[in-house]
Amino acid sequence: MATTEQVMKPATDGLASIPALLQRNAKQFGSKAAYREKEFGIWQTWSWAMVEKEIEALALGFINLGVNEGDFIAIIGRNRPYLYWSIVAAQSVGAVPVPMYADASAEEMAHVLEHSGARFIIAEDQEQVDKVIEVQENLHQFEHMIYLDPRGMRKYDHHQLHEFSHVQNQGRAAYDEFITDLQERRAKLNYDSTCVMLYTSGTTGKPKGVVLSNRNIIESSKNSSEFDNLRAGDEILAYLPMAWVGDFIFSIGQSYWTGFCVNCPESAETMMTDLREIGPTYYFAPPRVFETQLTTVMIRMEDASPFKKKLFDYFMAHAKKVGPDILDGKSVGMMDRFKYFLGDLAIYGPLKNTLGFSRIRVGYTAGEAIGPEIFEFYRSLGINLKQLYGQTESSVFITVQPDGEVRADTVGVPAPDVELRIEENGEIFYRGPGTFVEYYKNAKSTADTKDALGWVATGDAGFIEESSGHLRIIDRAKDVGQMASGALFAPKFVENKLKFYPNILEAVVFGNGRETCTAFINIDLTAVGNWAERNNIAYASYQELAGHPQVLETVREHVEEVNKSVAADAMLNGCQVHRFLILHKELDADDGEMTRTRKVRRGIVEEKFSDLLVGLYDGSKTVSTVTEVTYEDGRKGSISATLTLVDAAVVPVTAHKVAAE
Amino acid sequence: MSDNSQDISQGGYTTIDGRKIGGVMMEMKNITLRFGGVVAISDISFNIHEGEIRAIIGPNGAGKSSMLNVISGFYNPQEGEVWFHGAKRPPMRPYQVAEQGIARTFQNIALFEGMSVLDNVMTGRLTQMKSGMFAQALWKGKAEKEENENREIVEKIIDFLEIQAIRKTPVARLPYGLKKRVELARALAAEPKLLLLDEPMAGMNVEEKEDMSRFILDVNDEFGTTIALIEHDMGVVMDLSDRVVVMDYGRKIGDGTPAEVLANQDVIDAYLGVSHD
Repeated sequence: MATTEQVMKPATDGLASIPALLQRNAKQFGSKAAYREKEFGIWQTWSWAMVEKEIEALALGFINLGVNEGDFIAIIGRNRPYLYWSIVAAQSVGAVPVPMYADASAEEMAHVLEHSGARFIIAEDQEQVDKVIEVQENLHQFEHMIYLDPRGMRKYDHHQLHEFSHVQNQGRAAYDEFITDLQERRAKLNYDSTCVMLYTSGTTGKPKGVVLSNRNIIESSKNSSEFDNLRAGDEILAYLPMAWVGDFIFSIGQSYWTGFCVNCPESAETMMTDLREIGPTYYFAPPRVFETQLTTVMIRMEDASPFKKKLFDYFMAHAKKVGPDILDGKSVGMMDRFKYFLGDLAIYGPLKNTLGFSRIRVGYTAGEAIGPEIFEFYRSLGINLKQLYGQTESSVFITVQPDGEVRADTVGVPAPDVELRIEENGEIFYRGPGTFVEYYKNAKSTADTKDALGWVATGDAGFIEESSGHLRIIDRAKDVGQMASGALFAPKFVENKLKFYPNILEAVVFGNGRETCTAFINIDLTAVGNWAERNNIAYASYQELAGHPQVLETVREHVEEVNKSVAADAMLNGCQVHRFLILHKELDADDGEMTRTRKVRRGIVEEKFSDLLVGLYDGSKTVSTVTEVTYEDGRKGSISATLTLVDAAVVPVTAHKVAAE
Repeated sequence: MSDNSQDISQGGYTTIDGRKIGGVMMEMKNITLRFGGVVAISDISFNIHEGEIRAIIGPNGAGKSSMLNVISGFYNPQEGEVWFHGAKRPPMRPYQVAEQGIARTFQNIALFEGMSVLDNVMTGRLTQMKSGMFAQALWKGKAEKEENENREIVEKIIDFLEIQAIRKTPVARLPYGLKKRVELARALAAEPKLLLLDEPMAGMNVEEKEDMSRFILDVNDEFGTTIALIEHDMGVVMDLSDRVVVMDYGRKIGDGTPAEVLANQDVIDAYLGVSHD
C-alpha cells in the first residue's frame, strides 16, 4: 500500500520493532528508570534492564502456554507497568496485542474479543476476569486467561486461569527450553509486522479493529519525539485508557523510542495526587481534564480569604495579558516581565505546583475543541499547552502546533512527513508514515476510508487558514449539513461554543434540514451544584437541579450569548439556537448515548429523545417523558420527567447560501 | 435444632460453597451477663470455628452487642466460661484480649476524627510495636525500623480496602461509608485471628453494602480471618455467613446455617411477632 518514498523508509539502525527498541534501551539506558508505579504508598521503580528481564520472562511464559505467532492477546485493565509489559511480551513472541477499555461492559468486550479472535486474555483483576467469564461461551477461540491481581481469585476454576507471576516464573524456569525460539521469533519482526491492534471507540456502529504496523508506530513516535525534543529523562503520567491510540503512542511508542519514564498512578482516584508527586515534563490530557481542574481551582478560590482572592485576581489578570506572549518568546516590556516574575512567586508557581504542572515542557490536548479561556488560562501560567489533531488510523499525529504558533482555534500544521488535502466538500484527507494498514477483517471499510494512493478520509470537515497555514476543524463531515434555507449547518461549532461555559457539560444541536436550530443541554453538576449551594438552592438530584427555573434562566443567557457569537460568523450564522431544553439525565456511555471516550452519539440521542425533539419544534411549553436508564452494574430502571422548553433570542441575519469551504 | 453447635463439635466442616472450616476456635459456655437486675444475656452457649463467618442476629435489645463485648473482653460475664483456642480465658482487660488476636469495629464509629486515615490505621498496629516512647520520639534505630515494617503492613491493608485516595485525609472529612471502611482497616491492621464486626453495614446504601460485603468475604478468603458479625440486614446475613446465632431478649433461640435458621419457627416469631393470646 505504501506509495510515497518516505513511507518506504527502512528502519533506523535496524530498530524495526518495539522489542528491538527495548533491547537497545536495556543496553543504552540500563539503570535509568523505565517504569514507576505507586504501590503500597511508595513509588516502585523498574529500570530498563529490569524491564527487559521481566518482559523476557513473560514472553517465555507465553511460549510455554502455547502462544503462537499471529495469535491475538487481549489486554484489559487500567494503566499498570505489568500490562504494558504484556504488550511488548506479546509482540516479542510474534503475537498481536489488543488493549481494551477497562470500563467496557461485558457485551462490549464480547464483540472485541470475538472479532479479534483472541486466544489469550490478560485481565487486571477479578472484576475484569468476571466480565470475560460472563461472555466466555460466545468466545470460540478463547483458551487461556492470565490475571494480575490474585485477590478474590482463589476459588475460581484454574483450568484456563493463570496468575501473571506464575506465568513469568514458568517462563524463567523454561528459559533454556524456549529462549532460542523467543530469539528467532523476535528476529523475524520487521517494519511491516503488526505492532498493535486498537479498536476505534465506535461513534457510529460497532468498533473497528485498526491494524497498526511497527512502521506506523515507530515512524510516528520518532517524528513526534524529534518535533518536541522529547528525550530520556522526561517523565509522563500514564492515566488515559490503554486502548486509546494516544496512550499507546505516548506510553509505548515515544517512551521506547526516546527512553523516557512512564509513571502509573496508584488508582484512578489518586491520579491528581500522583500527578503532583511525579510532576511530569510531558503531559497529555483531553480538554475535559483541564476544564475540571480549572473549575476546581475557581471553586476553591471562591472559598479563599478576600486578600488571597484579590491577589489571585490581580495576578491572573496580568498573566492573561502578558503570560502567553512571554511563553511564545515575544517581546514584553521590562515592567510587565517583573510583575509577571512577582506573580510567578506569589501565584503561578504555587498554583502550578498544586496542579502538578511545575515541570511541564510540553503539554498537549486533543480529542475535542478546548475552550479558548481554558486554553489561555493554562498558557498564561507559563504551561506550554498545545493542540494536536489526530485519530487512531493515523497513529495519532495529523497536525500539531509548533512551539510559538499556538492558538485555541486551530489544530496546527501538518505533522512531519504528513501530507494534507481538503476535498471539495470540506473533508480533510491525509497520508503519512502513521497511516494504518487496514481495518481487521473489514476490507470494505478499509477501502471506504483509505484509497489506493494511501490517502485517508478523516470524516472531519475543516479548512486551512491562509494567513498561518494552520488547520481549523469545523465539524464531523457527516454531521455538517444544510438547513432548510440552504445555510450551512455545523452542530459541533455551536455545541463547542456552548460547552465552553462551565455550567454546560454537553450540548447536542439539531437543525439539519430544518428551518431553525434547537439544542439539548446537560448542565455540569459540579459547577451548577456549587452555584446552587452558594445561593441556598436545595436540590436532591441532577434532574431536580436541571429543572430549576434559575438554572434554565442562566443557561438561556449562555445560549443567547452563543447566538450572538454565531451570528458574527458569516458562514454559519444560520445555526443560532432558537429553542432548547435541559435534559433530565446526563448523557452516559452505559446507556449508549456516548462512546467510552465520551463523544456524543448523535443519532442515538436523536432517536431516544425523539419526543423531546418534536416538542422543541411544535412550540409546546412542556413535554413529559419516560426514559430507560442502565445502572453501572447493568440493571435497568426508568426515570420520568416533565421538561420545560425554553425560547432563546436570536440575532436576525440574512440567510447565506455558502458551500463548505 | 436449637443447639446445632454440639453436632459439629470439635472437628471442622465444609461449607456449601466448598470452603474448609477448621475446628472450634472460641467457645462460649453458658454465658450469663447481668447489669444490676437486668439480665442482658441469659445462659447462652455457642462456638465459633476457625475460618468461618459467624453472624449474631436478633431484634433490637436482644443482647447482640453485649455478646460481642463479652467476646472482646470488655464485659466479664457473671456466669459462664469463655474458651479460646482450647483454654479457658480468665477475666481480661480489653488490651490483653487484643494481644490474643481479637480485633473489632464499633456500631458507632470510634475513630480519631482529627487524625489522617493512615494514622488511624497505624494505631491498629500499636499492640505489635515494642519500642519505647523515647525511641519513638527520637525516631532512631529500632523505632524507625519497626515503624517501616508496620507501615508496610498497613499499606497492604489500605491497598486491600481500596482507600489509597484518602490515605492522608483527616477522618472527620470522610463520608460515613468510608469511615466504616477505615474502621475495618484499623481492625485488620492488628492482623487479628478473630475479627468482630458490630453492624458493619448500618446506615449504608445498597452500593456501600455490596462493597462492604465483598470486603468481608475477601478478608475471610485472603487472610483466613475468622469473622463474627452482628447485622440487621437479613439479606446480607444470609449471603455472607456460614452459621448464624439468633438471640431474643438475651436468650438464644436459634443456631445453624442461614437456611436452618430461616426455617426455625421461634426465629420467625421473634422477627415477625406472634400474637399473645
